[in-house]
Amino acid sequence: MDTDKTRTQSIIDKHQGLQKNLIAILLDVQECFNYLPPDALRHVAKALDMPLIDILGVATFYRAFSLKPRGKHTCLVCLGTACHVRGGPKILEELERKLAIPAGETTKDGQFTLETVACLGCCAIGPVVVVDGEYHGHATIRKIGPILEKYQKPAAS
Amino acid sequence: MKQYRAHLLVCAGTGCVSCGAFKIKAALEQEVKKRNLQDEIQVVATGCNGFCERGPIVLVQPDGIFYQLLQVEDVPHLVEEHLLKGRPVKKLMYVPPAEKQPVPKMKDIEFFKHQRLIVLRNRGRIDPEKIEEYIAFDGYEALAKALSEMTPQAVIDEILFSGLRGRGGAGFPTGKKWAAAAKEKRSPKYLICNGDEGDPGAFMDRSVLEADPHAVLEGMIIGAKAVGASKGFVYIRHEYPLALKRMEIAIAQARESGLLGQDILGTGFDFDLEIVQGAGAFVSGEESALIASVEGRIAMPRQRPPYPAQRGLWGQPTVINNVETWATVPNIIRRGADWFQGLGTETSKGTKIFALVGKIANTGLVEVPMGISLREIVYGIGGGIPDKRDFKAVQIGGPSGGCLPAKLLDLPVDYESLTAAGAMMGSGGMIVMDDKTCMVDIAKYFLNFLQDESCGKCVSCREGTQRMYEIVKAITEGKGKESDLALLEELAQITKDASMCGLGQTAGNPVLTTLRYFRHEYEAHILDKRCPAGVCKSLIRYVVLAEKCTGCQSCKKACPNDCIKGTLKDIHLIDQSKCIKCGACKEACKFEAIEEQRDEAIQII
Repeated sequence: MDTDKTRTQSIIDKHQGLQKNLIAILLDVQECFNYLPPDALRHVAKALDMPLIDILGVATFYRAFSLKPRGKHTCLVCLGTACHVRGGPKILEELERKLAIPAGETTKDGQFTLETVACLGCCAIGPVVVVDGEYHGHATIRKIGPILEKYQKPAAS
Repeated sequence: MKQYRAHLLVCAGTGCVSCGAFKIKAALEQEVKKRNLQDEIQVVATGCNGFCERGPIVLVQPDGIFYQLLQVEDVPHLVEEHLLKGRPVKKLMYVPPAEKQPVPKMKDIEFFKHQRLIVLRNRGRIDPEKIEEYIAFDGYEALAKALSEMTPQAVIDEILFSGLRGRGGAGFPTGKKWAAAAKEKRSPKYLICNGDEGDPGAFMDRSVLEADPHAVLEGMIIGAKAVGASKGFVYIRHEYPLALKRMEIAIAQARESGLLGQDILGTGFDFDLEIVQGAGAFVSGEESALIASVEGRIAMPRQRPPYPAQRGLWGQPTVINNVETWATVPNIIRRGADWFQGLGTETSKGTKIFALVGKIANTGLVEVPMGISLREIVYGIGGGIPDKRDFKAVQIGGPSGGCLPAKLLDLPVDYESLTAAGAMMGSGGMIVMDDKTCMVDIAKYFLNFLQDESCGKCVSCREGTQRMYEIVKAITEGKGKESDLALLEELAQITKDASMCGLGQTAGNPVLTTLRYFRHEYEAHILDKRCPAGVCKSLIRYVVLAEKCTGCQSCKKACPNDCIKGTLKDIHLIDQSKCIKCGACKEACKFEAIEEQRDEAIQII
């Protein structure tokens, strides 16, 4: 617990403990813990001398933040207009079926978090699925199974 | 500086990187080293080349040979043939659709031929992570001119006279913004670069930031001098890691070279820049919301006036311009307002970058003079619609824009013409749609996006977008009523009239333009319970075409719900009561034997 506290504090220090850097602080906290833990938010509120409700307001307003722990792998489906007209929604549905969770949720075994994004800007290779920062372009329903297996395997072995 | 006999320019924009550009670069470097050519040949990673459809891309200079769709396996052959034996490799060159002969040189390819590069002048030719390369192509010349030869007023006059208008969407004259901020006596004054490019299908700002970050910096430093600002912020979406990285490098290099910080170029002028990361909110692209976000608060727009030029960041005078606008500024100062005036139309000067995406042969980023027709962009540069399908519409201006039909293909692209047609310039996303795209579904898509991104401050926008979404969704499910169309029009108009910021004021556009140009599609959904494009799930069913089915069982294996019956070599049958319409069978079929049936009203049995 103490180490979590010092990690949060060092992030706050990195941003000079300034209120204007709240978003940057929260982005770093999220990167550190993979989500925004309640204790860390309380800590940030105290350190920046801000009401917790304002911190929570920012944390829930922006899409980048998650208040729930996320899975080991993040699976991001682009639903930008270009991906949409090329069949992005069908890819999302297949992922929802395969992982048995709706978009925005994490699988029970904590392996995958399924998220959507409004555009990644690589429209030429749409529809796009990004797993842990790795791009899988020209996605089709049939490619989804093998893509997921690639990330599932190391965990099983 | 070391001289090389050839340069291999590897496109390292996000599009190509996601197709493996860095792997190609590493393979090229390895191969060059293996053959002991490292003193003769240099491998360079450049910013986005624009022709994303053909990535990964390598341009060989000085020959100007354009290689595309490269695989790591192609690299040894390419190095040996082209760089050792001097024989360009034909099979790796671009072959235009419907032609057989490859086009070796980049400048001869249709996609590049019709473009006019000003903002993107350095794309694909310099390493964006090296300030020396930017300087070698006249970089920071405009800054030196603005700081040593021009008064702040002269800079503002030059920008005013050039007719430059904001490239972020609304098209407000940039010079007027600067003049208003310069007039304010209070200090400090701030500058903001708006790189919160939230429109789905638009990536020109990211591309500029990735390909030529110093152009943005130079524009901002010139702007700072003109209005008397001491501090600037570059706001970039966190979804753009490469742009963030390159901007950080550029700022550090500019500081080292005395182009940022104290006493810039020895003229006694101080200005510094800081990067602010966005956290994913479409509405933060609106200027007053962006200010709130830079201050670390919820990105909620506020009432204007006072405009940011009077009361902006922390209540101080602030100039906010879009990435593309800032990157245009050095060109105007260097080459003069007269030159810029000569490009474009009466009211829209210069060039504009568009992201050409969707159902188009040549997906990519194009910079064209204002006033060019949609047809020239879609067919001339874009190469038309792939798979021999018909053009249906082009969606311009992001979620706030509109869908324009084929009859408007000859419309000149400028701020006024687009607005009159019901769309808008927006940030410049151009999504091409073919006859397999359902316009009601598109309206539903944008409404869903908008109702999700509405910040909730104005009732008209918060409730209006949600109600419109519900109505359009019901229509796509075959539950629409005839009276819905009038209701939609009314709601769209009220959302437009009664909302405070640009998001709400334009939220009705996707509905209004689809209703204006594609009313018959709405009517087909409502009256005939039919989706003419075969997209809306509730109104189609997948059927096996008996004459084409070979009984190969591919579809049966692909079906996740086990609802296809049929033994090997027998015609298969889809059990409609179990079908979830996922489309997996259609994708799996190699014989085009599965089709979305939509010709008649689907009777729900």
